[in-house]
Amino acid sequence: MLQPEARNPRRDWLGVLARAPAPVLEAALASIGTLPAYKRLRPPEAGLVMARGRIGGDGNPFNLGEVAVARCAIAMDGGILGVGYALGRDLRKAEVIAVLDGLLQQPSWHGRVASEVLEPETARQTQSRTERAAKVAATRVNFFTLVRGE
Amino acid sequence: MYVATKGGETAIANAHALMAEDRRGDPKVQEIGAEQIREQLSLGVDRVMAEGSLYDPDLAALALKQARGDQVEAIFLLRAYRTTLPRFGYSEPVDTAAMHVHRRISATFKDVPGGQILGPTFDYTHRVIEPVTAAEEAPRSPEPLPYPLPRVAGVLGREGLLEDTPTACEEAITDLTREPLRFPADRAARLQVLARGDEGFLLGMGYSTQRGYGRSHPFAGEIRMGDVAVEFVAPELGFAIDLGDITLTECDMVNQFKGSKTEPPQFTRGYGLVFGFGERKAMAMALVDRAMRAEELGEEVTAPAQDIEFVLYHADNVEASGFVQHLKLPHHVDFQSELTLIRAMRTEQEALKEAAE
Repeated sequence: MLQPEARNPRRDWLGVLARAPAPVLEAALASIGTLPAYKRLRPPEAGLVMARGRIGGDGNPFNLGEVAVARCAIAMDGGILGVGYALGRDLRKAEVIAVLDGLLQQPSWHGRVASEVLEPETARQTQSRTERAAKVAATRVNFFTLVRGE
Repeated sequence: MYVATKGGETAIANAHALMAEDRRGDPKVQEIGAEQIREQLSLGVDRVMAEGSLYDPDLAALALKQARGDQVEAIFLLRAYRTTLPRFGYSEPVDTAAMHVHRRISATFKDVPGGQILGPTFDYTHRVIEPVTAAEEAPRSPEPLPYPLPRVAGVLGREGLLEDTPTACEEAITDLTREPLRFPADRAARLQVLARGDEGFLLGMGYSTQRGYGRSHPFAGEIRMGDVAVEFVAPELGFAIDLGDITLTECDMVNQFKGSKTEPPQFTRGYGLVFGFGERKAMAMALVDRAMRAEELGEEVTAPAQDIEFVLYHADNVEASGFVQHLKLPHHVDFQSELTLIRAMRTEQEALKEAAE
């Protein structure tokens, strides 16, 4: 979304986690050590979301095609609901995201998960996007006018 | 009447074993993995995702491997696989203005805001076959890429010379994976068919409009390719979250329009949007989308590309391939009866000839 809107921190971290490579998340979870117990509310499952486009880019919506999505929802003590959604069919990744989402909502865990997982991963994603953009920018045409001879 | 016959099980099993052996090729040559296909034959993977109508690069690469590189077969595999998965819902419409572009060009405005960005293109290559060597790292520009890149349409739109995109109702958007194709088909339904339609068919149809079968004077107003976030309102949360990014190619074709009783002379538009990097397909889609708007814009409908039913009923390569290829299935009994009929007709004709002599 381009419109400035009140940032929802949970929306932001779920976006970062969804884009993170599964091994990074798995390693992060392992380094955290003993996790609080949790229950699977929605066991990990793969499914489809119909992606929509807009006619002309900004007009009425239409159905473009489906994207594969994995998701999971878990419950932790204190009525915490952890949710994981990511493109692809990696069920384990969806569950790891749900657990990290559950931890990030708890003040006792938030700081640690944010500094050990979220911040480095956000930085890596920004860095990778910036690098790609620099390479793409190098393909921009710089027109110049030829001076015609006599 | 159908007569059930049995037999052929062993032949079929052996045929599949032979196919698998041929698929592997010379065992002395190293086997490729789906990962290699995904990374190194990515445009082939993109086409399978677009026409398979399922965005999943890993699965599309696997399908291509299983199909021995046969795109339509791989597309069929993807279509079959998607029927095994539950539907979670619909995404928010993707915002292509917020695309992180890898390529953005305009054939109508040289000095488009943000510049002409060529990206990873085959254009301007010499089309000379040469051994592919290890890639050198691509150069970087110290000047950052503007973000977001404004739409080219905005430039013409400001003068009112370009038609507006329809933004009427947002309820009841046709979904052809849930309901059959009905006529008259609205533009959303048409675009859904085109987005998953066969590239070769659309290319031929688009080409025919350029050659005079429903001429529409097109210009590539803008082509952009890049990454776009897919947002989905998760039922557990009640607000939209990013599921990740997908690569899309978008084409906004502008067409000269002399005006009608209700519309002043202006540029009209055709729209193309496809999964992955599929510029040829996106351009063809935009041409055909515009051609199918002939009746709506008060133009004479004379050409195949303007015939909505003709285009929509023949664009899908899974359906087309199924119906064409079913001809090779045993029609032994049907053919026997045809044979009897032809023989009888011949006998009758010969008898008539003899009687006349």
